[in-house]
Amino acid sequence: MSTTPLVPPQSEVKKNYLNAGYGIKSWLLTTDHKRIALLYLASITFFFLIGGLFALLIRLELLTPAGDLVTSETYNKLFTMHGVIMIFFFLIPSIPATLGNFLVPVMVGARDLAFPRINLLSWYLFVIGGVLAIYSMMAGGVDTGWTFYTPYSSVYSNTHVVVMIIGIFVAGFSSILTGLNFIVTIHTMRAPGMTWFRLPLFIWSNYATSLVQILGTPVVAITLALVAIERVFKLGIFNPTLGGDPVLFQHLFWFYSHPAVYIMVLPGMGVISEIISAFSRKRVFGYEFVALASIAISILGFLVWGHHMFVAGESVYSALSFSFLSFLIAIPSAIKVFNWTATLHKGSISFDTPLLYAFGFIGLFTVGGLTGLFLASLGLNVHVHDTYFVVAHFHYIMVGGTVMAYMGGIHYWWPKISGRMYPEGWGRLSALLVFVGFNLTFLPQFVVGYLGMPRRYHAYPPEFQIWNVLSTAGATVLGLGYALPLIYFFWSARYAAKAGPNPWGASGLEWQIDSPPITENFEVTPVITGPPYDYRKVLPQEEPVG
Amino acid sequence: MAEQAQVHPLGLRHHFNNLDQQLEAGTMGMWVFLVTEIMFFGALFCSYAIYRSVYPEAWALGSHLNSSTLGAAMTVVLLMSSLTMALGVRSAALGNQRVVILMLSLTIVLGLAFMGMKGFEYYHHFEDKLVPGYDFSGYHGAHAGPVQMFISFYFIMTAIHATHMVVGVGLLSVMIWMTSRGRFNRQYYAPLEITGLYWHFVDIIWIFLFPMLYLVDLHK
Repeated sequence: MSTTPLVPPQSEVKKNYLNAGYGIKSWLLTTDHKRIALLYLASITFFFLIGGLFALLIRLELLTPAGDLVTSETYNKLFTMHGVIMIFFFLIPSIPATLGNFLVPVMVGARDLAFPRINLLSWYLFVIGGVLAIYSMMAGGVDTGWTFYTPYSSVYSNTHVVVMIIGIFVAGFSSILTGLNFIVTIHTMRAPGMTWFRLPLFIWSNYATSLVQILGTPVVAITLALVAIERVFKLGIFNPTLGGDPVLFQHLFWFYSHPAVYIMVLPGMGVISEIISAFSRKRVFGYEFVALASIAISILGFLVWGHHMFVAGESVYSALSFSFLSFLIAIPSAIKVFNWTATLHKGSISFDTPLLYAFGFIGLFTVGGLTGLFLASLGLNVHVHDTYFVVAHFHYIMVGGTVMAYMGGIHYWWPKISGRMYPEGWGRLSALLVFVGFNLTFLPQFVVGYLGMPRRYHAYPPEFQIWNVLSTAGATVLGLGYALPLIYFFWSARYAAKAGPNPWGASGLEWQIDSPPITENFEVTPVITGPPYDYRKVLPQEEPVG
Repeated sequence: MAEQAQVHPLGLRHHFNNLDQQLEAGTMGMWVFLVTEIMFFGALFCSYAIYRSVYPEAWALGSHLNSSTLGAAMTVVLLMSSLTMALGVRSAALGNQRVVILMLSLTIVLGLAFMGMKGFEYYHHFEDKLVPGYDFSGYHGAHAGPVQMFISFYFIMTAIHATHMVVGVGLLSVMIWMTSRGRFNRQYYAPLEITGLYWHFVDIIWIFLFPMLYLVDLHK
C-alpha cells in the first residue's frame, strides 16, 4: 500500500515538517495539519496569557474586602473578558486544535486531515474572531458576563457587546470546521487495518468532541447572533417588554454552553488515556468502555443544560428531569476514572512529567465531577447557586481537568512536535507547582462559596477575606507553574537533547515515525494488524539520542 | 497504490489514496456541514415554535401581512432551480459539459429571480411601514407587540436564507467556471455534486419557511 514516494535524504539534515519550508509565507499559507497545529498553539498561548492577566487582576481586587483596586464597572468587564477569552479562545480550541490537529491524522494513519484548506481556513477564522474580541476589549470591553444574559446584553449594557458577539460567532465557525474535519477524517481516512476498535482513545474522545462541536456550536452562533440583531435593530425576541422571553435565551445558550464543557474536557480525557497507558506500560483497562463512555458523555451532555436554570423559572418537572440526567452523566465519567486507575494497577509506572499532570487531572477532575453532583441536586443548587462554590466547581473541571490534560499532553508529545526533549526536572517542578497552586486557589472558593459569597462582585464582607487571600496566594503559585513551561519549552526547542522517534517507548502510530515527522507523516502508509496499546510488543524505553 | 504513481487522475488531491476516498470524504463533509446548518436553523425554528404556541392569534395575523400568492410563486421558482440543478449534475455524469453550463446558468437565473421577488417583498414591507424596530406604524390591528415579533422572525429567517442563496450563487459561478475550464470529466465531478447537495438543502429550508411564514391559519 505504498502511496508516498520515498524522499531521498538531500543532506545530513533529515527532512521534516519544520524544515520543509522557511519564511512567513510557508507558515501562513500552509495546509500541513502539523504546522496549523503550531499556528493554533501560538495563538491560543497568546489568548491564555491575556485571559490569565484578567484573572490576575480579579484575584488582586479580591485580596481585600473593599472594592478598592478597580470600580465595579471595571470589575464586571474583567470577569466577562476573562471568561470570554478563556472559554472561546483558549479552552475550546486548546486540545483539539493543537494536539488534535497534530495527532488525529497521524493516529489514524493518514497523510493529512480530509480538508487541509478548510483546516487553514479554520485558523484564519479563529484569528479574525480573536482580533474582533481584542478590538472590543480595547474599545472599552464588555460587561455582560461571558453568558450574555438578555435583556441586559441586548438592551441595557452600554458596552461593546455586538463586536464581541461577532468575534465569538466567527470563532465558533472555526470550531465547527475543526470538528467537521475530524469527523470526516476519522470516518474516511483510516489506514488499512485501522478498525474503529483499534483507534487510540485520543481519537475516540476527539470524535466525541467533534460531535458536540458540530451539533452545539451552530445553536450558540445563531443565539448570539439573535442577541446582536435584537440589540442593533431594537427587536424583542428575548426582551420581555416587547413580548420576548429571556429564559428562552438561557435555554438556547446553555444548549451549547453546557455541552461546551465536554468540548473542553473530552479531549483532555483522551490525552489522559494515552499518558496513563504509556507511563504504566499497559493496555488501557476496559478500552471499549472508555471509548464508548466518550460517546455517551457527548450524547448525555446535550440533555443536562437545564441544571443551569434551576432558579430561573423552570418548571418543577423539567428541573427534576434535568437533575436526574445530570446525575446520569456522572456514570460514563466515573467509568473513565475507574478504568484509568485500574490501568495503573500493577503497571510498570514511571513518574515523568506527563504522568504527574495526568495524576493531577484524575484527582482534580474527580473533585470537580463530585461537586458537580452537589450542583445537580435541586435543593443544594438553590443554596449555592451563583456563589463561589460554582466558580470553584467549574474551575476544577476546566482548569484542573482540561488545562492539566493539555499541559500533560504538550509535555508528552513535545518530543514529537519539536524533535527535542524538555528538561524533565523542571517539568516535574511545574507539574507540582500547578497542582499545589491550583488547589490553593480553588479549594478555598468551595468553602467561601458554601458560606455564601456570591460570584461576580468586587467587594465582599470582611469575614471572607482569609479565604480570598489564600486563593490569591494560590493563583500566584499557579501562575508561576504555568510560566515555567513557557520558558523551558522555548529553550528546549533550540538547545535540548534530540528526542528520537520514540523517547517514551510508547505504542502509538505517532511514535513509529520520525520526530519531528515528515510533511506526509508516513513514508509508507502503515498497515495496522493489532489492537492499540499492545505493550507486549513495544520495546522498553529507549534512551534519548544526544 | 501502484497505479496512482503512473497516472494521476484528474482532480485527485495528494493526501487521498484514490478518487473514491476523496468523493466519500467530500460528500460526507458536505452532509456534516448540512447537519450544522440544520442545528443553526433549528434554533430559529424552535424559537419560532415556542412563540407561536404562546401567541397563536398574533402569528395568524402576522402571517396575513405576507402575500401567500407571492410566497407560492417564490416556492415554484426555487423548486424549478432545484430541478435545473439536478439536471446539471446528471449532465455532468453523462459528460455533457455544455448542458452542465446551461443548467447551472439557469439555476443561477432562477435563484436570482427568487431573490428579486424577495427584495420586492422587503420593499413593500418598508413601504407599508411594517419593519420591526425601525417603523412598525403601518400595523393597526390587534396584538401589535407579538405581531412585530412574528415579522422579526420573518425578516431574520428570510435574510439568513437569502444569505445562503448568495453563497450558493457564488458556488454555482465557480462550478460554471471550473466546468468551462475542463476541470471535470465523467469520472470526476464531485465538487458539482456537493454544490448540488448544498443548493437542494437551501431549497428545503425554504420549503419549511414557506408554510411557517405565509400559511399560518390561511383559512381565516
